Amino acid sequence: MRVAMTGNEAVAYAMKQINPEVVAAYPITPQTGIMQKYAEYVANGQVDTEFLTMDSEHSAMSATIGASASGIRAMTATSSNGLAYMWEVVYIAASYRLPIVMPVVNRALSGPINIHCDHSDTMGCRDSGWIQLFSENTQEAYDNAIQALRIAEHPDVLLPAMITYDGFIISHALETLNTYEDDKVKKFIGSYNPKYPLINPDKPVTYGPLDFFDYYFEHKRQQAEGMINAKKVILEVGKAFEKEFGRSYGLFEEYRMADAELAIIVLGSTAGTAKVVVDMVREKGYKVGLIKIRSFRPFPEEELAEALKRIKVLAVMDRSLGFNGVGGPLFNDVRAALFGRNPDIKVVNYVYGLGGREITPNDIWNICNNIRDINLTGKIEKTVSYVGVRE
Amino acid sequence: MASLKELSTREEIIAPGHRLCPGCGAAIVARMVTKAAKNPLVVACATGCLEVSTTIYPFTSWKSSFLHVAFENSAASLSGAEAAYRALKKKGKIKEDIRFIAFGGDGGTYDIGFQSLSGALERGHRMLIICYDNGAYMNTGIQRSSATPRGADTTTTPVGKVSTGKKEYPKDLTACVVAHNIPYVAQASPSHYADLMRKVEKALDVDGPSFINILSPCPLGWRCPGEDSIGMAKLAVETGFWQLYEVENGEYKMNYSPKERKPLREWLEKQGRFRHLFTPANEHILKELQEHVDMKWEKLLQKSCVNTENK
Repeated sequence: MRVAMTGNEAVAYAMKQINPEVVAAYPITPQTGIMQKYAEYVANGQVDTEFLTMDSEHSAMSATIGASASGIRAMTATSSNGLAYMWEVVYIAASYRLPIVMPVVNRALSGPINIHCDHSDTMGCRDSGWIQLFSENTQEAYDNAIQALRIAEHPDVLLPAMITYDGFIISHALETLNTYEDDKVKKFIGSYNPKYPLINPDKPVTYGPLDFFDYYFEHKRQQAEGMINAKKVILEVGKAFEKEFGRSYGLFEEYRMADAELAIIVLGSTAGTAKVVVDMVREKGYKVGLIKIRSFRPFPEEELAEALKRIKVLAVMDRSLGFNGVGGPLFNDVRAALFGRNPDIKVVNYVYGLGGREITPNDIWNICNNIRDINLTGKIEKTVSYVGVRE
Repeated sequence: MASLKELSTREEIIAPGHRLCPGCGAAIVARMVTKAAKNPLVVACATGCLEVSTTIYPFTSWKSSFLHVAFENSAASLSGAEAAYRALKKKGKIKEDIRFIAFGGDGGTYDIGFQSLSGALERGHRMLIICYDNGAYMNTGIQRSSATPRGADTTTTPVGKVSTGKKEYPKDLTACVVAHNIPYVAQASPSHYADLMRKVEKALDVDGPSFINILSPCPLGWRCPGEDSIGMAKLAVETGFWQLYEVENGEYKMNYSPKERKPLREWLEKQGRFRHLFTPANEHILKELQEHVDMKWEKLLQKSCVNTENK
């Protein structure tokens, strides 16, 4: 059905269709809208969920862990400092192999305090063992919420998944999207049948034992395997989703890459603006293409290197800073992916949009000019540039 | 309460062979609490002695289901499990009546887990929260907590040339929990096992949150012999340092009210952590500690309906 919804409403609607047994809520801007909407569904008897209003994000994730370990579907959602506050237990959720799906509405981390979009929150836990799927728009946020459940619960994966979308830009903006019928969504996600539920008096289990040098390493190794397997499962679920609902999803999206010599890599809503700019510069004769990463974790290293094999200059756009003196987190992962695979490519980093700073088509046009110049001169003046900042 | 004969036939929930110290109060408390339960249990435990010593992978001492997530969140984690249970019940996917118990030490309950505890109580989950209060962070090596008695020598309140141990009186956690207006709150001691187990039975029968604060001697931290643990708990009760009472729907009831309380120093002098107080220079601290116990006792008397004969 074609409807107009904000990103938060669309994700709350996906949650309603998933109808998890337990949802633990704690408000934080710009995520709050999801849980407010969900509370309405609960209040009107449209879901069966036990809805827990928690005392903090830390407790929200803790309750979600307890609920998920019990053998049912459990969800929560957060943003920014809320995610940072729950970080300890975010890591534990992944270690316990609990397939929790959590929408994270991207917002800049404090400090200074800021409520607007950047990706510093999810980047802060990019290696916590959670799958991270980024969304360009409301449609993708909705579709990712549905797919993430099936990916996370796959027996070869059994890892929690964050579906992320940009605060305010997606969460609060009204967009049209296609929603699907409840029974089709229900059929697509299937039922959850965990092997070792905590609540099963016939077969008691211990969750969270002390795990020393004699076993901890093996458990971490198995967890790593789950993340490796996730890549294959994301593709399988993407295909199944396309068959059922007609929209195709992979690890990343390629836009006008077939004959491109220059390329931009980007995450989230900026991909929409960048596609428009790619079309514009193409008219001027620049052979620019775009890659929008969907699966940031697992990171599609080989696939990305393959997709970039004809590219001469690559601009990696990071909506967060890595305070490592080197560059943004996406930039570093992309460079690592290309090392030894694409020896001739030149890669530069553009950090943009921190704390919700606008990114305009003109900014992206300038990036296209810069990478065209690098291609013509063969010289990189600055490896890391900050877009639209007063320096 | 069930008879001793009946209790002896109940399955042990905690298997022997765990790694807790000889004389550890937590082990005795956990055994008594789980013994008192008639229904299948789901137990949560905060990080601490009880947790690390009973679940060393690939072993577990727990014959019930057991959940440990982290230090500060046993109440929040168990909230999720209890909610999942309600959802499963509603859908007819589970038939048994399960009870939920969260264990934590004073670190995990008085301090780092205080918010998680408060949230769970306010939301009204049907679960029993047990604090085994040994009066310090014993698992990490005897650091002071907000439950540590005034004057105690701990590794973060060491006695020195200008220090006489912990300066502050302990937080009254039981009173904090009473302020949540939950149906059942109590204090108990393993030295009075029948009282303790009766309280657990009562708490588990309440359709809502319940809380029992249980004194838990720690031979290592209190610096007393392991075989004296129960004796130390008993003396804590008899001196009035640890009061046995329960609060049902806001009504206080004292469960132990001796004709004559023993002087506090009888309890203090048996513990190495208070040894430094027994010098002429620190005599005033002993006096103040006694006055504090007397004051607390009077306050509890005022709140309770007690047998006047024993007053």
